[in-house]
Formats: sequence, structure tokens, C-alpha cells
Amino acid sequence: MPRIFSIVFALFFAAQAQADLTIEITKGLEGALPIAIVPFAFSEKKGVPAHNVGDIVAADLQRSGRFKPLPVHEMLSRPSRGDQVDFRDWRALNVENLVIGEVSPNGPGGYLVRFRLYDVFRGEQITGFSLPTTASDLRSTAHQIADTIYETLTGQPGAFNTRIAYITSTVDLAKKKQRVHLRVADSDGYSPQTIVSSDDPLMSPAWSPDGRKLAYVSFEKAKPSIWVQEVFTGKREKLTSYKGINGAPAWSPDGRHLALTLSKDGNPDIFVMDIQRRSLRALTRHWSIDTEPAWSPDGKQLVFTSDRGGSPQIYRVPVSGGQPERLSFEGKYNARASYAPDGQSISMVTRVNGQYRIATLELSNGDMSVLSDGQLDESPSFAPNGSMIIYATRVKSKGVLAAVSTDGRVKQRLVLQAGDVREPAWSPYYQ
Amino acid sequence: MNRKSLAWMAIAAAALIFGGCSTTGGKGGEVSNGSQGATVVDSGSGATTSAANQSRNWKGNPLDNPDSLLSSRVVYFDFDKSELLDTSMMMLRAHAEYLSTHQLVNITVEGHCDERGSREYNVGLGERRADAIKRFLEAEGVSSSQINTISYGEERPADFGTGETAWAKNRRGVLVY
Repeated sequence: MPRIFSIVFALFFAAQAQADLTIEITKGLEGALPIAIVPFAFSEKKGVPAHNVGDIVAADLQRSGRFKPLPVHEMLSRPSRGDQVDFRDWRALNVENLVIGEVSPNGPGGYLVRFRLYDVFRGEQITGFSLPTTASDLRSTAHQIADTIYETLTGQPGAFNTRIAYITSTVDLAKKKQRVHLRVADSDGYSPQTIVSSDDPLMSPAWSPDGRKLAYVSFEKAKPSIWVQEVFTGKREKLTSYKGINGAPAWSPDGRHLALTLSKDGNPDIFVMDIQRRSLRALTRHWSIDTEPAWSPDGKQLVFTSDRGGSPQIYRVPVSGGQPERLSFEGKYNARASYAPDGQSISMVTRVNGQYRIATLELSNGDMSVLSDGQLDESPSFAPNGSMIIYATRVKSKGVLAAVSTDGRVKQRLVLQAGDVREPAWSPYYQ
Repeated sequence: MNRKSLAWMAIAAAALIFGGCSTTGGKGGEVSNGSQGATVVDSGSGATTSAANQSRNWKGNPLDNPDSLLSSRVVYFDFDKSELLDTSMMMLRAHAEYLSTHQLVNITVEGHCDERGSREYNVGLGERRADAIKRFLEAEGVSSSQINTISYGEERPADFGTGETAWAKNRRGVLVY
């Protein structure tokens, strides 16, 4: 009897007002910077946009754990223009920085967003911009403003104007069936869109370096294959469907190659595919399970999971070929490595006393730090600025996403409204 | 069950309806009912009974006989391991015997894992489990062309719960006809 399945491809549609995910800070930074972000004014009485840019900026900065936005109801005044600012109102509340702004219509379906960032105690403007945008891009513009403020005040680039891909599933316990979806949402959980839906498993979403495509594993037609799908058009093509395992796709930094796991030659090995030519090169040849490849930012090395030593550990091999070198030496289970954007460390899943946790490994000296404290933590993915790692965990048997700063000091939980969430992949900066 | 075996069932059913108890010579795929109700497969050199079928008169496909070991389709594995347990052997031998005497019947062997550990590594571990079953069946005389394998890793649990009981149910191989 043929297996009944359905695959649905959804095209990009306008932003939804509701968030698919809600994000709670479970541990914030002590000494987070006190900042006031006044809700942005709208220059007209009618046609007020659905999203308040100031609120989005405040939520972004709070979510980073490094800022402590002043609650709006405590504000003594609500300026939107420079000439309305009285610094005494803000010094009185011990606010160090102030953000004000205004949105005005700018042609059909367009807006102009103006903002200014002040140093309250100096009484000076630090920076300010006017950004033309559209209704559908308004949230993105707000995230760009948050990125600018974050970078100006911390010295580090922000990662608010990014997206996450993730797998969600709902289970019909009576039928013992699971329906899975690959979704993409803004990194604050808004505007979720469904990329693929299926009654067969979906795994391992991987962003292309330009942020326009996702590679993933699909078990449609009862066998695993690797697909590449354009996020904005829904157009997709099957890249591999060899006998056996087709899994763990990973894009090279130049976007021209895909590292992947194939077991067509007898057992799972790492292969590198030239995407344009569709040619394959085996990088490992070993009876062990070799899987979960990940590229170094300079494109020259691959880290991967191998149990050639008896149990899963992290190994590194030059992309040009050679003998793999073991990197992980603590614990009997280390898997699913990925490089930090600066190439200096890797994140991975490590088993400690039977609990699966997220850890980072410093490549220069082999120092390992365990960052998470769950029992079944998995699938770590770095933010493109390297500041946070998003991962999957379970809270009372429900799959949820969590994020931790790479210094371990900030912790967040991202709760999906319905169903289980897993396998997050943080997008690169969109180009 | 794939289309080939469905077709054979139809032919066998037709043969039963029109031909009564008939035995045929030659190899492969033809099922006939012996007088004791045990399923008799004629391999050309004398009859051999198939697995574990005692007092109940079963007419029809032995795969559907609930008293037969063939009705059992799942073997279990220890944590992080892909070795077959002794307790699985008898059941797998029954399937090996059935398959080696019904060479037009194909199966898919699925390999599965519990939820612990990373997902893609678990796809590899599930494949090891499916391969272990396949190699056992081949050693018992089944042709490799009859056996497909697929690993679902931890993606298709039998028990969606968490904890030791659920995990034990999910570390499994499944024979799918």
C-alpha cells in the first residue's frame, strides 16, 4: 500500500502580528545597561502601523540580556523629536541611554523611520538615522535599529535582524502519527512561515551563506534525500538521493559546496559535493559512523562526529583531504559540532553523567565549557555575531528552543505556542 | 507489503479457491495448505513446514497467522548498541525461513533509536541496527535482493514519551512486509 504523504510548499506571505514563539529571559546579565526606548510616535492620526518600532527595539535589546529597558509607564515624558528631550527627566531615572523616534508615511505603502540615540549624562546625541522602509519591512527596520544601538553601545555587531529555521511537530497520539513542518521565523519569533510540511520526517535544516536557501533532509517517499529550497519562492530541487543515508547537509562559506553524510558505499562517511557540477568527493573512508560535518569560517576545515574511537567524538579534517584529527577528549560522547563565526571555538553536544548538554571547545587550547543544564539538549547553532547559541531542549517532555550567551551569563527560553520545536538553525546575516 | 507479494497472494488465493489443496513442484513463492493446517512450502525436494504453527488450522498467508513467530516484526536493542540480542534470534530465523522460501517477497528493515544523543548520529546508529538484522537474515539464507533497509534514527518513535520505558520501546528494528 503506498504511503500517503503530503508536502506543502508555502510562499512567503506578509508578516503576521502574532508571534509563533515567545521568548523569556531566564537569566539576565547583572549590571545590564539601563536604557530608555520611548515608543516611537506616528506623525499622522490615522494609518498607524501595526508594529511600534520602539517596542520592537526595546524587546530586542532586552532579549540580548545586556540591556535593561525602562518600563514605559515609568517614563516622565515621551519625546519623539530632539527638541522635545529634557535630559533631567531621564537622569532622574538613572537611565544612561535614551532612544527616541518617529515614523511617518513615505509614499504609497512606505514609511520613513527616524531615530536618535543619546548619552543621557553627557546630554548629547550619539547617533541618529532616517531609514526609508515599507509596511512589510517595518519589523526588519526596527531590528536594524536595534543592531545599530547594540553595536554602538557594546562594540559588538548585533544579530537582531536575522531569522531562525526550526522543525516543529504535532503528534496525533491516537493514530501514532507525527506531522512535521520546517518553519522560518524572525529571531524574535515573529512572522513564522512554513517552508515544508510532511507526514514523513524532516531533519537538519541548513542555511545557505546568503540566507536565501535552506538545505534539509526529507524522508518523503520513504527514503531520506537532501533537498535545497529557496526560502522566498518555495522553489526546490532534490540534490541527493543515494542508496542509504543522505543526511547532515552543510554549506561551505562560499556557498559552492555542500558537505554531507552518505552511506552509499557501505557506512556513513563525509562527502563534499560541488553543487553546480553535482560531483562528489569522499572526505572520509572508515567503517565508523562519520556524520554531522560543519565548515570552518575560512572554508578550509571540516569538523565532524565520528565513533571511530569507539564512541562519538569530534574530529577535524582539511577540506583538501587528509587524516582526521581528534578534537574532543573529555567525556565519552561528543557530537554535532559547529564553528563559532570567528573560527576560534566550536559548540557541540556533550554527555555529562548521562545528561546531554551544550558545550563550547576553545580550539587553541582544548578548554571545554558546558553552557547548558538540561537533560536532552541538542542541535546548537551560533548567532552570526557569535554572541549567543540557540539550541533545542525539553521542558517537561515538550520540545522547546533555548539560547545561551557564549559566556554562559545570559539564558533564554523560546516557547512555541503549539507543538514541539527542535533543530534550530540561526540564519547568517541576510545579503 | 509491496505489489509483488500482493499479486502472489491474489494468485495463491485464486489457486486455493479453484484448485483445492494442490502442491506444485519447483522453487519459490508458491504456497499450499497441507492437510494438518500447517503451511507447507514445496521446495521441490519434499515439504518443509514453516515456523511455529501448532494446533490451530491456519489457512492463508502465514504472515497473517497471529500464532506464528512471523506475526512478530520488532526486535529490540540495548542502548547505544546494534548487536542482535539472543532473544531476537528465534523470531528472525522464522522470518529468514519464510523469506528464503518465498523469494519474490521483499521486506524493508527499519532501524530506530531512542531520543538520546544527536539526531544525525542516531540515523547512523539506526542504520547499523537495520544492517545487523539484514546480515543475520542473509546468513540464514535470504537473498540480499529481498531486503531493503532504512534508518529513521530517532525520528519515528514507537513511544512518544520520555524515560527508560519509552526509550526501550524505541530502540528497535522493524520488519515491514
